[in-house]
Amino acid sequence: MPDLYQQLVNTPIGKIVSKQVGLPQPPQLQRWNPGPPTPPVIDGPVLLGAAAGDGSRLAKPLTKILAAANADVSTPMDEDLRAAAAQAKLDAGIFNPDAATDDQRFKALVFDATGIGSSEELERAWAFFHPSIRRVLPSGRVIVLGTPPEDCAGPPAAIAQRALEGLVRAIGKEVKKGATSQLLYVRPKAENQLDSTLRFFLSPKSAFVSGQVVRIGPGAAPAGKVDWDSPLNGKVALVTGAARGIGAAIAEVLARDGAHVVGLDVAPMTDELAAVMARIGGSFLAADITDDDAPAVITGHLLDEHGGVDVVVHNAGITRDKTLGRMSQDQWSTVIAINLTAPQRIDRELFKRDVVRRNGRIVSVSSISGIAGNAGQTNYSTSKAGVIGFVQAWAPELAKRGVTINAVAPGFIETKMTAAMPIAIREAGRRMNSVSQGGLPIDVAETIAWLANPGSAGVTGNIVRVCGQSLIGA
Amino acid sequence: MNATARRVAVLGGTRIPFARQNGPYAKASNQDMLTATLDSLVTRFGLEGEVLGEVAAGAVLKHSRDFNLTRESVLGSLLAPETPAYDVQQACGTGLEATILVANKIALGQIDCGIAGGVDTTSDAPIAVNEDLREVLLALNRATSTTDRLKTLARLRPQQIVPEIPRNSEPRTGLSMGEHTAIMARDWGIGREEQDELAVASHHHLAAAYDTGWMDDLVTPFLGLERDQNLRPDSSVEKLAKLKPVFGGPEGTMTAGNSTPLSDGASMVLLASEEWAKAHDIPVQAYFTDAQTAGVDYVHKREGLLMAPAYAVPILLARNQATLQDFDFYEIHEAFAAQVLCTLKAWEDPVFCSERLDLDTPLGALDRDRLNVHGGSLGAGHPFGATGGRIVASLAKALSETDPARPARGLISICAAGGLGVTAIMEAAA
Repeated sequence: MPDLYQQLVNTPIGKIVSKQVGLPQPPQLQRWNPGPPTPPVIDGPVLLGAAAGDGSRLAKPLTKILAAANADVSTPMDEDLRAAAAQAKLDAGIFNPDAATDDQRFKALVFDATGIGSSEELERAWAFFHPSIRRVLPSGRVIVLGTPPEDCAGPPAAIAQRALEGLVRAIGKEVKKGATSQLLYVRPKAENQLDSTLRFFLSPKSAFVSGQVVRIGPGAAPAGKVDWDSPLNGKVALVTGAARGIGAAIAEVLARDGAHVVGLDVAPMTDELAAVMARIGGSFLAADITDDDAPAVITGHLLDEHGGVDVVVHNAGITRDKTLGRMSQDQWSTVIAINLTAPQRIDRELFKRDVVRRNGRIVSVSSISGIAGNAGQTNYSTSKAGVIGFVQAWAPELAKRGVTINAVAPGFIETKMTAAMPIAIREAGRRMNSVSQGGLPIDVAETIAWLANPGSAGVTGNIVRVCGQSLIGA
Repeated sequence: MNATARRVAVLGGTRIPFARQNGPYAKASNQDMLTATLDSLVTRFGLEGEVLGEVAAGAVLKHSRDFNLTRESVLGSLLAPETPAYDVQQACGTGLEATILVANKIALGQIDCGIAGGVDTTSDAPIAVNEDLREVLLALNRATSTTDRLKTLARLRPQQIVPEIPRNSEPRTGLSMGEHTAIMARDWGIGREEQDELAVASHHHLAAAYDTGWMDDLVTPFLGLERDQNLRPDSSVEKLAKLKPVFGGPEGTMTAGNSTPLSDGASMVLLASEEWAKAHDIPVQAYFTDAQTAGVDYVHKREGLLMAPAYAVPILLARNQATLQDFDFYEIHEAFAAQVLCTLKAWEDPVFCSERLDLDTPLGALDRDRLNVHGGSLGAGHPFGATGGRIVASLAKALSETDPARPARGLISICAAGGLGVTAIMEAAA
């Protein structure tokens, strides 16, 4: 739902006035519509390119995934790429910039940059994007795939691969009309873990995610066969703070993807929580996660009712804003307790009693505030930065159990909480990003659903911002 | 019935020089051109008054009165009137398809010799009455009472005088062949310069063939024209670069220089069994080995209109246990330079060869020095029905000049309207 300003500037007169005055022009972002009919992963032509080079290693998985997704793909006349496409049974067209016509436009530009081994060779990225970047359609996608610098053979390659971050972030700010830009670092031997991540970033599900760097590793388990229409079928998901706002959206999306959702919220929210869970065929548990016995109650419930859990989403969180000098001890400790301590206590109990099943998923909700720091939110920023630490500290440990842990960091999301902000601060928060608008709870929920996908076994220890490439904390 | 196929010999062919639309042949009919070409062939091989197995030929643009065009031409020719004849029509594949039909009958022993060819005029084009007027006139014909006739006549309107002129467009898409080819050129990323280079080579090769006297026994002057009117011996990439695009919009790559012009002309070739050739003491130039046609769905499956030969050739190669590189001559009809280049690119492309042709490995590149070595349609012009005969005659002569110790082979590929492709293999007489 576009906000009022967005509605105004998208009227014919509004468009003229806002352009003349130099006001931001928020585009209408395309979002995923479940149908029926089931929409394609991407509803427009994809241009797939590669920087030819010794290290180039993603042509095969990329063509295979695009073929499975029934994407309408074109490639430059690159021998290796065409051979890979043929092998993948991908009926790819040809794009020759020297003979291209104006009507050749692309919904996505996908560039395998793993072949770039030095700063000179970065020019291959220029050669791919220079003739294609202005052909990106509204709500288009730019995806660059590289090798994590830490996995490169030597400094020249590591430097060049690190440089891609700057390219991708700058592209995110150049492309208009709701297009997004991401960098996916694929570790060696993780080529078979790309599927769920590529699909997410190609699709309208990633509408409000831009300028992100995601690392994909070999994973604790090979990414098995995924039912893309119902990837969480047969899975049990716990979502804390599920009664409203972002939490309710997360519960809805996980249920849409086939999961049985156990929604959790505090007792005063029970009516709202019950209504949400009734709508999505889930069940609910009223509990205060800061109570001493909460971890045991939750763990017991999951064991008794479902025999375990596959996806845990730590969404419950509060703000108690005051500048540090005026903040009471209670304001400080309540925020830390709910946002940072409770998730740790719950997880400790879940793992102690071995409730999280193999190929399980932990997703925590962090915040831009935890990355950039917000005046008046020392408690909140501390807690949300702590969530990042929580993810990073546990990722290697949980990998041994075949469990991934990641965090999403929402930027400005349109909720009851943000609607209550003073207009000046609200407008600044909304517009100061690459798409000049706030995101929706569904954008956070879709990102969590991607991380929860059984195909995302290679994605762990990542912090993914859902902020429309916000200027804050960038 | 004969159970074994015989070898089919190509003894030679001839054509009249091709003229541009509304040029020297502006007032010549299809029948005039076809008869003149037939007589020239008959005289050259001393067949005056003979009864041949059959004559098969056709035209793409035909008047309704020309329903028996080839037979009428035979009746007006030096051949015995007892020689049977029939018309063939398969768009630009007409001439080669006629050759295939005659060759197959010879192979089966149904006839011993025959003449195949084609003709077309874009100058003396048929013009039909307006469709509304036609309906009124037919209704008038059906009317039985005077009242009915008067009522029908009252339906006549001044605008019905506007005639129906034949259009060079595909009925199912409404796009002209050039517009279709522009889509192919875009889809295959064919650039302007490579198209112009191919056009220049076509002119230069044909000009050299004329200059060295190679064309002398392949062309019979007609109505004062001795060489193809379209031929530009001094053509160059620099000159062609100045032309404005005519298809594919302002940024298109196709110009009048790298597309064939509308043209007028006719061609014919003499085919026979080896026994008949021996009995008539006529040397065999080459054998017509095999042929394959194909069609593509350019309407619903978005395949390029002129891509059918790309599908026909691999079938032909497989049946003859040959690779694309096994040929000494490649005769690819240059309807548009872009069509030739799309075809070559498709055969080299792993994706096209795997996805569309179901091949494990691409057919690969062919030696461009063996392509249209005596010129092609861009230089000569392209009277639709006459192109097949031009190519068969020219390839037969080229094959006859190769080293008999190592039998040379030639491949013909012709694209046609309606998503059709006609291809053939010929080999030198050892």
